[in-house]
Amino acid sequence: MKILTCPMNGPRNIDEFQSFGPVRAEPDPDRTADADWSRHLFRAENRKGIVVEWWRHVPSNYFFLAERDLVTNEVLRTFDASERWAHP
Amino acid sequence: MNRLAEPWGNRIDRTRSVRFTFEGRNFEGFAGDSIASALAASGQWVLSRSFKYHRPRGILSMTGADANTLVQLPFEPNVAADRTPISEGLSVSAQNVNGTLERDRDAIMDRLGRFLPVGFYYRTFMGPRRDSWLKFWEPMIRRKAGLGVVDTTAPRRHFDKTHLHCDILVVGAGPAGLNAAIAAAEAGADVVLCDENPEIGGSLTYGRHDPALLADLSSKLEALPNLRLLTGTVCNGWYEDNWLPLIQGNRLFRTRARAVILATGSIEQPAIFRNNDLPGIMLGGAAQRLIRHYAVRPGQMAVVLATGDEGYGVALDLVEAGVSVALVADPRSGGEPGLFEAELHGKGVAIRKAATIEAAEGTAGNRHLARVRVGGRWIACDLLAVSAGEVPAWQLPCQAGAKVGYDAAVGTMTLSLPPSPVHLAGSVAADGHLQDAMADGRRAAAAALSRLGHAVAEDRILPRPAVAGPIHVLPIVPHQKGRDFVDFDEDLQVKDLQNAVKEGYREIELVKRFTTVGMGPSQGRHSALATSRIVAEATNRTVAEVGVTTARPPVGPETLGVLAGHHEPLERRTALHARHLALNAMMKPVGAWWRPYFYGDAGAAEKMIRDEITTVRQGVGLLDVSTLGKLELRGPDAGEFLDRLYTMAHANQPVGRVRYCLMLNEMGSVVDDGVAYRMADDRFYVTATTGAVARVYADMLFWNAQWRLRVDVLNLSGAFSGLNVTGPKARAVLEALDSDIDFGREAFPYLSGREGVAAGVPVRVMRIGFTGELSYELHCPSSLAPALWDAVTIAGEPHGLKPYGLEASRILRLEKGHILIGQDTDAITTPDELGFGWAVSKKKPFFVGKRSIEMRARLGQSRQLVGLRFPADARDLPGESCLVLRGNHPVGQVTSIGFSPTLGCTIGLAYVHKDDAVEGRLVTVKCRNGNLVEVPVVGHAFFDPANARQEM
Repeated sequence: MKILTCPMNGPRNIDEFQSFGPVRAEPDPDRTADADWSRHLFRAENRKGIVVEWWRHVPSNYFFLAERDLVTNEVLRTFDASERWAHP
Repeated sequence: MNRLAEPWGNRIDRTRSVRFTFEGRNFEGFAGDSIASALAASGQWVLSRSFKYHRPRGILSMTGADANTLVQLPFEPNVAADRTPISEGLSVSAQNVNGTLERDRDAIMDRLGRFLPVGFYYRTFMGPRRDSWLKFWEPMIRRKAGLGVVDTTAPRRHFDKTHLHCDILVVGAGPAGLNAAIAAAEAGADVVLCDENPEIGGSLTYGRHDPALLADLSSKLEALPNLRLLTGTVCNGWYEDNWLPLIQGNRLFRTRARAVILATGSIEQPAIFRNNDLPGIMLGGAAQRLIRHYAVRPGQMAVVLATGDEGYGVALDLVEAGVSVALVADPRSGGEPGLFEAELHGKGVAIRKAATIEAAEGTAGNRHLARVRVGGRWIACDLLAVSAGEVPAWQLPCQAGAKVGYDAAVGTMTLSLPPSPVHLAGSVAADGHLQDAMADGRRAAAAALSRLGHAVAEDRILPRPAVAGPIHVLPIVPHQKGRDFVDFDEDLQVKDLQNAVKEGYREIELVKRFTTVGMGPSQGRHSALATSRIVAEATNRTVAEVGVTTARPPVGPETLGVLAGHHEPLERRTALHARHLALNAMMKPVGAWWRPYFYGDAGAAEKMIRDEITTVRQGVGLLDVSTLGKLELRGPDAGEFLDRLYTMAHANQPVGRVRYCLMLNEMGSVVDDGVAYRMADDRFYVTATTGAVARVYADMLFWNAQWRLRVDVLNLSGAFSGLNVTGPKARAVLEALDSDIDFGREAFPYLSGREGVAAGVPVRVMRIGFTGELSYELHCPSSLAPALWDAVTIAGEPHGLKPYGLEASRILRLEKGHILIGQDTDAITTPDELGFGWAVSKKKPFFVGKRSIEMRARLGQSRQLVGLRFPADARDLPGESCLVLRGNHPVGQVTSIGFSPTLGCTIGLAYVHKDDAVEGRLVTVKCRNGNLVEVPVVGHAFFDPANARQEM
């Protein structure tokens, strides 16, 4: 079983985590055509390479981000979401 | 008797006899004997019949890794007789036999073989009807070809799982593994050493080695407290980041190691020639194990096939055990004799170079080996020891990322691992002599220690020097009449593989799937190399190009019990569980929760439930709603947060008010509902449905990881309990409680909330109602819930208050037309389909799902959830999920249905075509018995549509 390092709880077995998929661009719902909105909802890119993903540490309900190489399944780093989204 | 005198037999205790039966006959062995060795000692060599041709089979490897020795125990099928010890009174029987093991009626299959080529099944058993395979052919073939029988009446056994952590795990306690483990532990590392055998030593226990070597390693090992030894333990897989299952009997160790040293050794390979499967033909290691482990003489007159010096060692062992060795056949034409070969020269044993075994013949019915042909000459013998080379035990290394290569000069597979926390040691890494393997174990330990940060001298981790291994190219001598078996498990012969290539299956993975080679219990251990060579030759490629099939976990068979562990279903009980039991509640599991279904006489469920409904409608009832999801949101942005998450407006919700809340997903489908009670400007108490709260709680934090609003979410689902007091007399009951809350009609109106103390318990109370009656929901810390329950019960006594259960609650809400998320909604339900337009804010600029429901509204609505009222005298009634038809086309389904004692008829909720959602319109529903019924639509709540009762 893979080990994932949670920024808050440290290295843990990956069965303590839940994947919430890659971080996606958030189109402005008011300025997006119907077809583009559908694509946003239902089409996943799944390109080879490094993606930034949402992960949840289930026991602590903590959401964080991970950079993962989809080819080698290597997790390059994990970090708190505040690094990407500042407080408004 | 084939039993040898002492000192042979290092596993058996001659002072303790053990009696057991095989195929109904009595046998006797010694404590420590395996089933196969005890039978062999008594002259019973046939252990099984083969899978397809029902040929007699006996001991092959003595390692528990082949299908030849699989037998049936009373409660366990497919037990390896060469690894399982005998026990007093054990009853052992043969598998896959029609009649008796000695006289198997299906042995005729051996002669019909040429009519049963590979792929025969796929082509022949297709017809005549579509279900012929399932109904007729498959059951018949399963009776003819198969393994053991599962006894479903077997008594329960105890299995458990535990965790194991260590610095270095060493798999395999042979010469290399022992040296690796001792070196690592001497350097201070926390080491676990595991081996599938009952003792340490590996080849030191059965090969021609100095006994002092093992004694020395053994005493070193015992002196190391930081070295944990697990014998009788199989390492059954390698998973990412060094996660390995170690199975010891009925216990699974879920092991995490910082570094792993795989000293899994190598696997001896059978040679291929006609009738190479006869009982009496065994691997050299099997003969040595019989002699040294069990003091069993493997035969009277032997021929040895030796492709390297080890084979001569086997011949020496046989001579010393009193077996006459008629001939040693060596396919090599010359070269320097090895140590054992030189020693054998002085024993007067005939040696024939540049010769191999061309064919063998059996006694009547092929029950035992009778003679072998070498260089065109037949030699009588009852034992052929095959020492024809080895392949590294590649399964675990390959799972850990090793690549398989082929050394054409040596004629064997090789393994290479990239630098990683997994290391190979000993003969799994490269063939060599005993001293090489021991040195390699110490080198692997140094490399692993260095990776873990221990200071290690550099010269100790240099790659091992190349050792010119003994030359051994596995002899493959195909015969035009076949029975030259490549895979004993599946009865596959050379031509079966060649035919598969002719059919166009050139890739090894396809050959495997077409022929099933390597799919049997031994998982290719004795067939992978030969298969690769045959396919390489047939396709004009090299063995390296052809490769071997992917090795996936598990390495060996594992029982389902080991995977399941002990049976402990997760269940949740509310704080009031004991109260329900005391009230004689019929408890039912609902998801993880145990909930009261109804209270009272279990034999009169229908009456009990009706009485409970009547009590709520006419008096007052009490329901445990503790399983509800309960979330507290705190922070200056709490209102804004709820505004974005739910469809209604909450930022402007006055303090002290309760509002319905409806949650959509991004696709605009309804996923949850509940109520939000604003306790203060910056504080909300929000309920969620029992089944969805875990997801709602996660979603809340997921969204806020992006929104970054100033709000904290606290999941109080377990910490708080809830009691629903409902019915026309509810107010009177609560006013009788000692409380600082004014429950009066004006002071505490419908859809408002109050905090206070009731009967000494801090409570938060909401006036909401699922039943349609005057209702108060009292929430309090779970530890105080029983006290509150008792106080309400006492206060309610003069008013006839009674507890009611889940089924009454379900009917009460149905009478009122309230929906249950998940039961009356599905993955695509929109608020409009539920008639919940009122619950969706038209003013808010954003909430989750807003964009999608606007878009879906433009696409047009196809269905609508409505009430259906069935006539009181209806003969056919649909069940939940029954289809609603419109002109023979399904347009929806019944989502809820039940008998309403209040209305005296059956009512339900169903999706109907949008245009049929009109009061009084008849819709067609197909019942489970196929009958169609016409039912009128009811466009409003069945009971009290004016909502007068809940607001009184």
